Formats: sequence, structure tokens, C-alpha cells
Amino acid sequence: MTDAPKPLSTINARVDSEVQGGVTEAEGPQMMSWDSHTRRWVVVYIPLLLFLFVLLFPFYWMGVTTFKPDSELLDFKNNNPFWVTSPTLANIKKLLFDTDYGHWLVTTMFVAVGSTFLSILASVLAAYAIQRLRFKGSEYVGLAIYAAYLVPPSILFIPLAQVVFQLGLYDTSFALILTYPTFLVPFCTWLLIGYFKSIPYELEECALIDGASRLQILRRITLPLAVPGLISAGIFAFTLSWNEFIYALAFISSTENKTVPVAILTELVSGDVYHWGALMAGALLGSLPVAIFYMFFVEYYVSSLTGAVKE
Amino acid sequence: MDASTWVAKRPEPTALARLFDYKPFLIAVCLFPAVGLLMAFLTYPLGLGVYLAFTDTQIGGNGKWVGLENFIDLMEDPIFLQSVWWTFVYTAIATVGKFALGLWLALLLNDNIPFKSAIRAIILLPYIVPTVLSAIAWWWIYDPQFSIISYVVVDQLGLRDKYYDFLGEPWPARWSLIVANIWRGIPFVAITLLAGLQTISPSLYEAAMLDGATGWQRFRRITAPLLMPILAIVMTFSVLFTFTDFQLVYAITRGGPINSTHLMATLAFQRGIPAGQLGEGAAIAVAMIPFLVFATLFSYYALGNRKWQQGSDND
Repeated sequence: MTDAPKPLSTINARVDSEVQGGVTEAEGPQMMSWDSHTRRWVVVYIPLLLFLFVLLFPFYWMGVTTFKPDSELLDFKNNNPFWVTSPTLANIKKLLFDTDYGHWLVTTMFVAVGSTFLSILASVLAAYAIQRLRFKGSEYVGLAIYAAYLVPPSILFIPLAQVVFQLGLYDTSFALILTYPTFLVPFCTWLLIGYFKSIPYELEECALIDGASRLQILRRITLPLAVPGLISAGIFAFTLSWNEFIYALAFISSTENKTVPVAILTELVSGDVYHWGALMAGALLGSLPVAIFYMFFVEYYVSSLTGAVKE
Repeated sequence: MDASTWVAKRPEPTALARLFDYKPFLIAVCLFPAVGLLMAFLTYPLGLGVYLAFTDTQIGGNGKWVGLENFIDLMEDPIFLQSVWWTFVYTAIATVGKFALGLWLALLLNDNIPFKSAIRAIILLPYIVPTVLSAIAWWWIYDPQFSIISYVVVDQLGLRDKYYDFLGEPWPARWSLIVANIWRGIPFVAITLLAGLQTISPSLYEAAMLDGATGWQRFRRITAPLLMPILAIVMTFSVLFTFTDFQLVYAITRGGPINSTHLMATLAFQRGIPAGQLGEGAAIAVAMIPFLVFATLFSYYALGNRKWQQGSDND
């Protein structure tokens, strides 16, 4: 990103002027002059760099704070706060050995994997029934499942707490594994309906003529072709369950059953003295698994995020 | 094993196999897990929530019917009224901010920039990382004594002589929350709108340029109308989730100072779970439903309007 790009196409000129909003001169592609480089820096690259800086700064700050010893952390006068002069692992050590962090990590992993598996199973079958078995009113079932996505956890957690309590699941991981599908299933079903739609129906017709049963078709033909969709739905469900907060806060009370996001907020903040180093270490280590996971599957994330909105 | 041998070996289907090939039965079996889960943990609790709102249930116990008492109490409760007002203000300002900046970012990314896919990937980070954890980072950025913003403004630039007290006063705390919410929301808006922008054919812009349209005219007459269907859907989702936001406020201010930043969701939580007044908490949550219904209907009609997409390819 050190140099302005090669030939400026007409599209570039288009966005340049778009971004500026009210530019009125009618410039054609032939009017690109030498100063368009400077202009491009001002209207495209500098705003973009500012966006990147603002969006990433909290993570940088999280990382820097994690490795700072307390002396640097609480003294901006004699140290440059933007950098660590004597990095330390004390905060991470404190987090890993003085708290139940390992426990929380295992619980979170268990909950995320369990609820993802359950949701994908339910969603694949539902999406297959709605998109491929096509029955009277199948669109309405699809629409109802979509509507379920519009019910936010914030209005459900109070009655759900009552339900969880009555089922005897209060303060167990199963309370979360069973309640997370309420927001995972609608999302995954819609994503998979979109994927199934893109698989030619003729393939299934051929198999039907050859005498395959419906379940064989689902297992041998539709699912293998829908693998990218399954991966998208799976990683998205996993991330959403990893990040879930309000149910985990409301349904879990004992320290060792908490998930990472809840535990860091409720267990590490004790009294009026905040251990910022350990807090930031917790935030960093709690974010890393999803961030790494995300890095491997960026394209799937982007496609499921945009696909879900477009479908 | 090729197709011919497979066909030849096909055994007579068993009764079970025939049952699974019977379409109504298969449909029921396929829909059962999803519908069952949603009925048990979504539809039923939704109804239960409405019922609880009319009772004085406490956590773990059974309450009795009290009619509209919870709602009457809430109407006289200044903390609740303030939370309703603040929920609307928070949603309005944060949505405008998110969409203005998100659209801007999407337009920047739609340009031929170097490292486009890498930048797009990095930008989504605030959306991917657990919100509570990035909220803790914001909390630390807003610290009264060790805020990095105060450090830069006061110690480095010398623009002020006193450190900001971000979270100690109602209005600064409110603005701080809005900024954090906008920060959290920009990636989602930008990436989804970028997907919408990419479906617009460049030939439209070329034709407009040949006709001598200015940049603003091209934005106003081509980009805006073609982006509108996606914009409407993204905005509905964004409004819905901002209105029912919980995590940011709970992590950064917990509703303080003096209850000035309580959203309806955080107030419902505070009354319902730690204080154990499930009935009153449910009443606050139920009070959000009319707004959600309105937003859903809006989404439905926006969805009905997207015929333009059906004809062209869907990605």
C-alpha cells in the first residue's frame, strides 16, 4: 500500500467522485490528470487507513496491555503507553494459573461444539424438507423459521430461565447447548436453503429414477454437494455460540461452569481494583480462538454473512 | 462398484425403508428436530414471557396473576421510562452512525484498492471477536485515569488540561457507549453493503458517464436505488439488534452512572435475574415486543420488494 495503483480506470474515477459526494465537474476518463494520484490518496487511501486504524486499535491496545508489567501499565508519564519496553508474561501466567481459565475454555468449547452440531443436524433436515421435499405450505414453514431469527435473546432469556430451571438444567452446560439453537437454527436453515437451491434438482431426479431412497439422496448427493454451505453454517454457528453472552450470563451461576466471555467479565472484575493486565490477557486469549478460526475460513464467513442477508 | 452392479444388487426395500420413503412421514421426521427445538425453546418461552409479565413470579417459584400491575408500576417508574427513552435514542444515533460510516467504508472498499480481500478480512474482526471482550477493551480505553484518549488529547496534544471522565457522568457515558456500538456495527454494515454494491453492473456507470452524469448523480440515481433493497434488510437487522442490545452496556457501564445508561434489555436483566423478580423483568422485555413487531413487518415488506434480485444471479 505504499504506492498509488497502476492505471486509473474509469471505475476509480467514479468512486473518487462518489466519495466526495457533491463534486460537480463532469470528468470523463480522458480527463484524468497527474494530480489524480494525490486526490486518490486524499479521498480513498487516507480515509481507508483511518478506518483500519480505528477498527483495529482496540485489539492492538488489548495486546499491548496484556504484555505490560504493572509499572508501565499505570505510569504514562515515564513510559510511552503505545509500546512495551519490558514485556512480561505475568498477566497471562496469572490468568492461566490463578484462575479457572482452562476450565472455562473447555466448557466454552464443549458448549460451542455441542450446540453447533445440534443446530446443523436440525437445520440440514429442515432445509432439505423445505427446499427439496416441497410440500404444501413449505414456504410458510421457511418464513416462520426465518421469523424466529428476528426474536432476539434479550426478550427470551427471562422466560427461558424459568424453563431451564423447571427442566433442572440450571447451571449446567446443557442449558446452553439446548438454548443456543434458538438463534442458530433459523440462521443455518436459511443459509442451507440457499445452498440447496443452487444444487440442480435434476441430479436428484436421476437418483430417484435409479431407485435411490430420499434419505440416500440426501446422504449421497445433496450433502456432498452442499459441503461449502455446511462449512459456512458450521463455522458461523460455532462463532456465534462462542460469543454468546446473555444466556450464559443468566443460566450459569457457578464459577467453574461459566463460559469464557462471561467468566472474564464476572470473575476477573473483583471489587474496585481492576487488574487491567489480567483482564486484557483474558480478553485477548478469549478472542484468539475465534480470530484464528476466522482466519482459516475468511471466505466462508464473508459468503455466509452476505448470503444470509441476500437470501 | 459402478452404477449397474449397484442397481442389480438393490434388495427389496424393508418396511422401515418404505416408511422413510413415504413423503409425509419423511417431511415430519425432517422438520421435527428444528421445529421441536424452536417450539420448546422459542415459541413456548415467548408465550411464557408474556404470561410472566402479568404475574409476580420470582425466580424458581410460582407467582400469581396480578393483571396489569407490573405495567402500571413501570409506567410510574422513572428508571424504566428513562431506559425506554434512552433505548430509542441509542438505537437512532448508533444506527445513523453505523450506516453513514459503513456505507462510506463499503464505497471505499468497492474501489480497486490493493490488498482488497486482506483488508476486507481484517475489517470484519470487530464483528467476529466476542462483543463482551472487545467491550472490555473499550472499558479500558474509557478508564478515568489511564485512558489512552485522554493521554493523547491532554498530555500529547495539550488540547485540554483535565482528563476525560468518560463513564462517570451520564452524557459522556452515553456517547461512549454509542461510539463503541458504532465501532462494533461498522464491519457488518460495510461488508453486507459491499456485497450489494458488487451486484451493481459497472456498465450502468459507464452508460451514465457517457451521458455526462456527475459523480453525485451516479450515486443518487444508480447506486442508491439499486442498493436500497439490501440496505432495507440490513438496516432492519441492525435496528433490531441495536434496540435489544445488552452486552456492550452490561460490560462497559452496567447501566450506570445512576441508571442513566440502562437499556430496556439491561434493566430487564437487572430486575429479572440478579434481583429475582422474573415477573417485572418479563414485563420490561414484553414492552419491547411492539417495536420488534413493527421492525419485522418492515423487514417483510422490504423483502417483498426485492424482485430485482430474482432475475439476476444471486451472488
